[in-house]
Amino acid sequence: MDVTQILFWFLSALAVVAAVGVVVSKSPIYSVLWLIVVFFSISGHYILMNAQFLAIVNIIVYAGAIMVLFLFVVMMINLNADAEPAKHIYLKIAGVIAGMCLMLVFIAALGHSDDIKISLAKGSDIGLIKNLGKALFNQYVIPFEISSVLFLSAMVGAIVIGKKDEPQNKPII
Amino acid sequence: MEIKWYIFLSVALFCIGIIGALTRRNAIIVFMCIELMLNSVNLLLVAFSKMHLSGMGAGFPQYATDAQLFVFFIMVVAAAEVSVGLAIIVMMYRNTHSIDINFLNRLKN
Repeated sequence: MDVTQILFWFLSALAVVAAVGVVVSKSPIYSVLWLIVVFFSISGHYILMNAQFLAIVNIIVYAGAIMVLFLFVVMMINLNADAEPAKHIYLKIAGVIAGMCLMLVFIAALGHSDDIKISLAKGSDIGLIKNLGKALFNQYVIPFEISSVLFLSAMVGAIVIGKKDEPQNKPII
Repeated sequence: MEIKWYIFLSVALFCIGIIGALTRRNAIIVFMCIELMLNSVNLLLVAFSKMHLSGMGAGFPQYATDAQLFVFFIMVVAAAEVSVGLAIIVMMYRNTHSIDINFLNRLKN
């Protein structure tokens, strides 16, 4: 067994266990911490597949920025442990069965695909920032600019939504 | 490493995200499960990029670059989505003092 294969299985097991931890943990703050573990293991997979730029961006954007936002919101909301009322047990069982059925369908549909080997040991410079930056600023300039407009609109939207209501506008719900 | 193990890993992460979104009622945890699904799709895209680079005769390096840039744009959209979604959750908590998503089943009034 190769060292890359050992790393693959270790990171896969870590990702799946941490993802289950996100779903089953009671408190949202533990869910956030498990989700950070998932993101780090996925970054490890990116590094194994020679996508170094995406690995760094994944750590910076997801594990750094987005998870800090989640932690801010969880701490600001200040939930009690019993804030989440228990869902009906039949609904939970139905949800788990539905998800398992979807997984079964996916695996049955994709399990007989061609066995194409990925040689993880052979490196390449596709994932380096030089190559990706050249492609991003030559070929993908228009989507890049459109995504900057998207960020601007998201920022304006977050400010408008998060603003306190005026006193004459009573909250509706 | 064969490509199907990456497919199975992504399917497993995606379905765990779906199970979480179906069974939990805390809005923040449902939102985190959506992030988990987005990340599983990103992982599959990077695996297919690597497959085009080293598996199938290594004939199409342009496809590998395209796939990785696609992952980059998915991350951009996810970051914008998170900022707006968390603002909606905070507003919902301010109005109802709860983040149970069953409060959102009545959109009228």
